[in-house]
Amino acid sequence: MREITLSQAVNEAIAEEMRRDPTVFLMGEDVAEAGTPFKVLSGLVEEFGTQRVIDTPISEPGFVGMAVGAAMTGGRPIVDLMFGDFLYLVMDQLCNQAAKQHYMSGGKLTVPMVLRTNLGATRRSAAQHSQSLQALVAHIPGLKVALPSSAYEAKGLMKTAIRDNNPVVIFEDKLMYQDKAPVPEDEYLITFGEAHIKRAGRDITLIATSSMVQVAEKAAAILAGEGIEAEVIDPRTIVPLDEASLLASVRKTSRAIVIDEGHQSYGVTAEIASRLNEKAFYHLDAPVLRMGAMDVPVPFSPALEDLTVPTPERVVEQARKLCAGELIHAA
Amino acid sequence: MADAEPKTNAEDYLRMYRQMVRIRTFEDNANQLYLSAKMPGLTHMYSGEEAIAVGICEALTDEDRITSTHRGHGHCVAKGAEFKEMFCELLGKEEGYCRGKGGSMHIADQSHGNLGANAIVGGSMGIATGSALRAKLQGSDDVTVCFFGDGATAQGLMYEVMNMAALWKLPVIYACENNGYSEYTRTEEIAAGSITARAEAFGIEAHQVDGQDVLAVNALTRRLVERARRGEGPFFMELMTYRYHGHHVGDINREYYRSKDEEKDWKENRDPIIRFRAWLVTEGIASEDEIEAMNAEIVKDAAEAVSYAEAAPYPDASEVDMHVYAD
Repeated sequence: MREITLSQAVNEAIAEEMRRDPTVFLMGEDVAEAGTPFKVLSGLVEEFGTQRVIDTPISEPGFVGMAVGAAMTGGRPIVDLMFGDFLYLVMDQLCNQAAKQHYMSGGKLTVPMVLRTNLGATRRSAAQHSQSLQALVAHIPGLKVALPSSAYEAKGLMKTAIRDNNPVVIFEDKLMYQDKAPVPEDEYLITFGEAHIKRAGRDITLIATSSMVQVAEKAAAILAGEGIEAEVIDPRTIVPLDEASLLASVRKTSRAIVIDEGHQSYGVTAEIASRLNEKAFYHLDAPVLRMGAMDVPVPFSPALEDLTVPTPERVVEQARKLCAGELIHAA
Repeated sequence: MADAEPKTNAEDYLRMYRQMVRIRTFEDNANQLYLSAKMPGLTHMYSGEEAIAVGICEALTDEDRITSTHRGHGHCVAKGAEFKEMFCELLGKEEGYCRGKGGSMHIADQSHGNLGANAIVGGSMGIATGSALRAKLQGSDDVTVCFFGDGATAQGLMYEVMNMAALWKLPVIYACENNGYSEYTRTEEIAAGSITARAEAFGIEAHQVDGQDVLAVNALTRRLVERARRGEGPFFMELMTYRYHGHHVGDINREYYRSKDEEKDWKENRDPIIRFRAWLVTEGIASEDEIEAMNAEIVKDAAEAVSYAEAAPYPDASEVDMHVYAD
C-alpha cells in the first residue's frame, strides 16, 4: 500500500469531501494560498477557488461563529483553528452556540461543522502554542472529539467528521504532519466510537490517544523485550468513546495505563481511568494509572519542556511496576 | 407617522397593527404567568419595542432568516410563530417549539426562518453573519437580519463579524434595538461615541431610525432588504426604542437606574401601538370599533393558548438525553 504523510491525508480527505458535496467549504486564517502555516491545505484553493477556501481575518470567535450560522442554514463548513490553544478564544461560539443548538431547539436545528485544530508539545513553542486541549471540548455535551494517531486515522476520521451532522472537533498532532503511514487509495471512512487495537497483548493495556499512541507503541516494544506483552488501544474518538473495547481489553489484561497529552488533572486520562474503575473493578489487579502532561504551563526551554509529557521510558517504568505487583500511589 | 413610503394596502397595515398587538398581548400574558408563579425561570419583556420586530419582519419572507435575543418573544411572533407553541415553550411543555428544552431565552422557529433567541448577549452575531455567508456561497437570495440590543454593541464579536460581512458584501442587516439600557445601566455609560459610526468605520451604510414608528422601520427595512438581495449589503440600523419593563420580569424596583416619569413619558407619548392605531383611524383604514374587535380577538386567542399550554403535558423523562446529538 502507498504511504502518505498525515498532512497529505488530511488534504486528501478534505478535497474528496469537497468534490463530493458542494456545500462543504473551508474557512480560517491563511488557509487559501498559504495553505496554513503547516502547509496542510496547500493546493485546495487552486482546485476549489477562494469562494470555498476562504481566508479570514484573525478573528477566531467571528469566523467560528459564522461557521455555526452557515452550518445551521445548510452549509457544511470546516473551520481551521491554527493552533489548539486558540480554542479559548472561541469557547462561547463552540460550546454555548454550536454544541447546544440541536438540543435547545428540541432537535430541529443541526450544526454540521468541523473544527480542525491541533495539539502537542515539544515543538519548542512555549505555553500558548503547545497545549493539548481535547479534554476541554470533550467535557461539553453536543460536541464530538476525534484524535487521529496516524495518516490513516487522519483521513478516515476527517471524512467521517465532515459527513457528521454535529459539530466535530478534530485535533491533529502538529509534530506528526510529516509522518507517513499506509493509506489506501480507495475511499474509506472510520466510524466514530470504534477503538483500534494497535498491538495485541495479554499483560497490560495501554490506552493512548493521538500523539501518545506512538509513545505507547514504543513502550510496548521495549516491554516485549522484557517479556511483558502490552496491548495498545487507540480510542480514535473520545466522544463518542468505545468503552466496550477498552473494558474488554482491561478485563483480559487486568492492568491499564491511560496516556494522553492533555494535562493530567481533570483530563481525558482521568475520565477513562474512572470508567475502567467503575466498570471493570473486579477484573483489575492494580490501580488504573493516568499519564497526562504535567499540570504546568508548557515551558519553553527544551530541558524543561521534555519533562512535561509522557515518554516511552516513563510508560515502561510504570508498566513494569504495575506488572510486578508493586503498589503504586500517585504522588 | 413617517413620510417614507409605507406598504400600500390596508391589509398590510392591519396585519402590522395586529402583529404588534399580538406581541404586547403575548408579553402581558407571559408577565402574568411569571407573577403568578406559573412559569419556570425568568423572561425578558419586549413590550414597548413592537414596531421594530414587526416593521422589520414584515419586510422579510419565510426564506429570510433572523437571529433573536434574550428579549426575543417579539421577534418570534413577528416572524410568524403561533401563540400555542410559544406558551408551551415558555412553560417547558412538550408541544413547545423546542419541546420545552429551550424556554423563553432559546425559542426558535426555523419553519419561519427564526434561528433562535440567544441568551448570550451578542452571541448570535456570528450565526447571523454565517447564515448570510451561506446564502452568498450558495447563490441564494435570502437575507438575514441580526437583532441585538445596545448592550451587545460592547461585545467584540460584533466588530469581528461586521468586518467580514463588509469585506465579503454579505446579505446581512444588523438591527440594533437601542432601548437606552444595557441591563441595569444607561447606555450612555457603556457606549462611547456613536453606535452607527462604529458600523460606518467598516464602510457599512448605517441608519438611525425611530423604532416607535412601525412604518418608518418597515420602509427602511424594505429598501435595505431589497438592496441586500442585490448584493449591496451589509447594512446597519440603530432603532431608537424603549423597554417598558425592567431587564427581566423580576426587575421591578428600578428607580435607581431610571425614573417612573421617564417610563410614563414613553408609554403615554411614544407608544408604537397607540401611535399606529391613531394613524389607522385618521387615515380611515380602520374604525375604533374594528380595532377594538381585533384587540379583543387577540386577547381571546392568547387566553386560549395560555390555558392550552397550562394543561399541556411536560416532556417525557426519556427526552432528557434526546437531541444531544443529531443522527
